[in-house]
Amino acid sequence: MTDFVQLWVYLSSTPLFGLNATLVVYVLALAFYTRMQQAPWANPVLWSMVVLGAGLWATGTAYPTYFAGAQFIHFLLGPAVVALAWPLWERRAALRAHWGRFTVAAVVGGTAAAGSAVGLAWALGLPTEVVLSLAPKSVTAPVAMGIADKVGGIASLAAVFAVLTGLVGALSGKALFALLGIGQDATGWMARGFALGTAAHGIGSARALQVHPDAGAWAALALGLQVVVASLLIPLVAGWF
Amino acid sequence: MQVLQGLAILLTLQSAGEALSRLLHLPYPGPVIGMVLLLVALRWPAVQQRVQTVASFLLSHLSLLFVPVGVGVITQLGLVAEHGLQLLLVIVASTWIGLAVTALVLHRLMRHAPPAGGSE
Repeated sequence: MTDFVQLWVYLSSTPLFGLNATLVVYVLALAFYTRMQQAPWANPVLWSMVVLGAGLWATGTAYPTYFAGAQFIHFLLGPAVVALAWPLWERRAALRAHWGRFTVAAVVGGTAAAGSAVGLAWALGLPTEVVLSLAPKSVTAPVAMGIADKVGGIASLAAVFAVLTGLVGALSGKALFALLGIGQDATGWMARGFALGTAAHGIGSARALQVHPDAGAWAALALGLQVVVASLLIPLVAGWF
Repeated sequence: MQVLQGLAILLTLQSAGEALSRLLHLPYPGPVIGMVLLLVALRWPAVQQRVQTVASFLLSHLSLLFVPVGVGVITQLGLVAEHGLQLLLVIVASTWIGLAVTALVLHRLMRHAPPAGGSE
């Protein structure tokens, strides 16, 4: 028994533990999601977070200990943001034909998401640094952290808000678009995918890609555009206050 | 080999982005500048071939990359206990507003668009 305890103490303190646990839990969550026929509530990111969070809490493992291993996965977010140039490049013909429309949708939609978050949070009396951390929440987590840092928010909080925002989009997008009367034709998939990429970044885009390949491509394009738009506008607007 | 070369290109452009962001005091995060640099570099077929595989791989597993940060919600339990309900309301409402506004605006704009160059 003491041998086992010693082994656990050793294993749980090496970076291997966080990396291994993240990958195994995610692979299982993805298998579960596939078995549930990709029902929105079975979202693999949501359940990985729940299982890993509960596991850390139950075993009394500190988050930094876990992150020492999980950071190897987290690190890939940086190159993944750079890689967003690829879907933009692939859709360059559409981008060239409709760049004005895409820009309007990205700026108006992004402003609506960030503006309503900041306005509501302020009206509800949340602390200032929390309000500022909410501003970049519809941008993909690593960029949200960078923006929050520059406008006086808390980077780790902004990342959590971004992930939760992505989950809300992935979980409820389908029902919301149906309610708005946005169909499942070519234009409908474009609007749905683009909206998920704009307001629910990578997690919403992943969901769009699973639902329809066209929606996924438009989501990736919107995600890339929103990264540029939000990094341009949020620090600029925050500078006025 | 192509995957390694592709990853090397992505990391180099990210580093270049970080360097430009610091040196020129730009308000944009390094990876964003890296993305713009890659968009320019993709004009060369040599870059296209090398980046394609690794970019498709990274982007098709994008949701996995959010898990480590998402688990970090357990470090904010104090804030959740204090403001959980308000935060939930803000996040859900603003996400719905963002989704609805974006989808409706683009849907409306595309209805009046000429069909050429639209969806493939």
